[in-house]
Amino acid sequence: MLGDSDIAAIVLTLKLASVTTLLLLFIGTPIAWWLARTRSPWKGAIGAVVALPIVLPPTVIGFYLLVAMGPNGPVGQLTQSLGLGVLPFTFSGLVVASVFYSMPFVVQPIQNAFEAIGEWPLEAAATLRASPLDTFFSVVLPLARPGYLTASVLGFAHTVGEFGVVLMIGGNIPDKTRVVSVQIYDHVEAMEYGQAHWLAAIMVAFSFVVLLLLYTLNPTGRRR
Amino acid sequence: MHIGRSLVKNAFRLPALALLATPFASAALAAEVSVAVAANFAAPMQTIAADFEKDSGHKAQLVFGSTGKLYAQIRNGAPFEVLLAADNETPARLEKEGFAVDGSRFTYAIGQLALWSARSGYVGDNPGVLRQGTFRHLGIANPRLAPYGAAAVETLTRLGLLGKVEGKFVQGENIAQTFQFVATGNAELGFVALSQVYADDKLKGGSAWVVPARLHSPIRQDAVVLVKGKENPAATALIKFLKTDKAHAVIKSYGYAW
Repeated sequence: MLGDSDIAAIVLTLKLASVTTLLLLFIGTPIAWWLARTRSPWKGAIGAVVALPIVLPPTVIGFYLLVAMGPNGPVGQLTQSLGLGVLPFTFSGLVVASVFYSMPFVVQPIQNAFEAIGEWPLEAAATLRASPLDTFFSVVLPLARPGYLTASVLGFAHTVGEFGVVLMIGGNIPDKTRVVSVQIYDHVEAMEYGQAHWLAAIMVAFSFVVLLLLYTLNPTGRRR
Repeated sequence: MHIGRSLVKNAFRLPALALLATPFASAALAAEVSVAVAANFAAPMQTIAADFEKDSGHKAQLVFGSTGKLYAQIRNGAPFEVLLAADNETPARLEKEGFAVDGSRFTYAIGQLALWSARSGYVGDNPGVLRQGTFRHLGIANPRLAPYGAAAVETLTRLGLLGKVEGKFVQGENIAQTFQFVATGNAELGFVALSQVYADDKLKGGSAWVVPARLHSPIRQDAVVLVKGKENPAATALIKFLKTDKAHAVIKSYGYAW
């Protein structure tokens, strides 16, 4: 059945997906807020950049992240001058890549939720002398809750399912970068189909349960 | 049932073809052969296939992939007729499992391992840089999957350096990805196929130590005719062509022995 390295891969994957999702909720909220509220001519361009990872093949993203974050790349030069070293082949590197890669799956549901709230709850709060910050935490966040639920689940699930990017920048290091999808791929390539089937079955079951929870807890999507 | 029927059909067709073929050059029988090629052999195979098409009039359609992936595809009905693998185990396994033609296996190339760095002067003409161990990452192909990775581990074991450098391994899932790690400078050095960094009998860039063949078991790359190519004259012709001096010269110029 499952070997030690399989269990290690599962633990690492859950850790990566949790850290990535948390970070994305923090980073994604201001971006989504800006995208939902702005009348800036840059709205289209920024929205397109956020959505790019949906369109680009993951191995392409992974390859250019490897180049950019490497010792000779612009990001690599920056991280080195900050004394952080280079990111490929580290857990932090995977987190950075995953944040970029799963960004649209978190930003878009939150943005939709913000847009659905509309103007009047904010105006009503303002007439009650609520500060913008107070309005955001007492009015906007509760109203956007279904959006946040969707964003968390999608961000988490998408990171769990990530393969091409990790393959490119991970280096397959046990406990640091060897996640479940890479481990399954290795089993298949090594023609150990039995172990591949076990891990894949666990992944299918997990994904199904996650999506089932999403659709039962959040049946109507967002409410107005 | 299906096999029986096609045998009967071929029994009628073959003598007719043979009759037709005798008076004409091979070009009159131009056929197409679908060849699955291990990714590390992509570059030389493109040259060889072009020569083959010119000489024989047959066409070779090339499909590249890792040997493990090609194996899975062949077992599940992929329409390949010849396999050029990166190892000798996969062709043997396919033969045993009845997906390849008995007795058609042969070694078409022997891979050479190189310890390479994209920086010139970083690797000397000996394993000294491994002994010093001042690097952060050593690129290596996953030894479970890639023969070059297994050969690298064997080399390190024989040099008594495996324990010292193992913690610095970054593994590519194949030799092409390992090359990427080193070429982008993310790993200071790594074990790659000489064929990746070598052309026209010299190093394309960086610095390298060509690992002596005595430090690891030979990296035999075997070819085999698959069951689907059994009756295809183009498949037979390609196998024959791979054994010619002309093909050997190409194979050697890319840093392989045979």
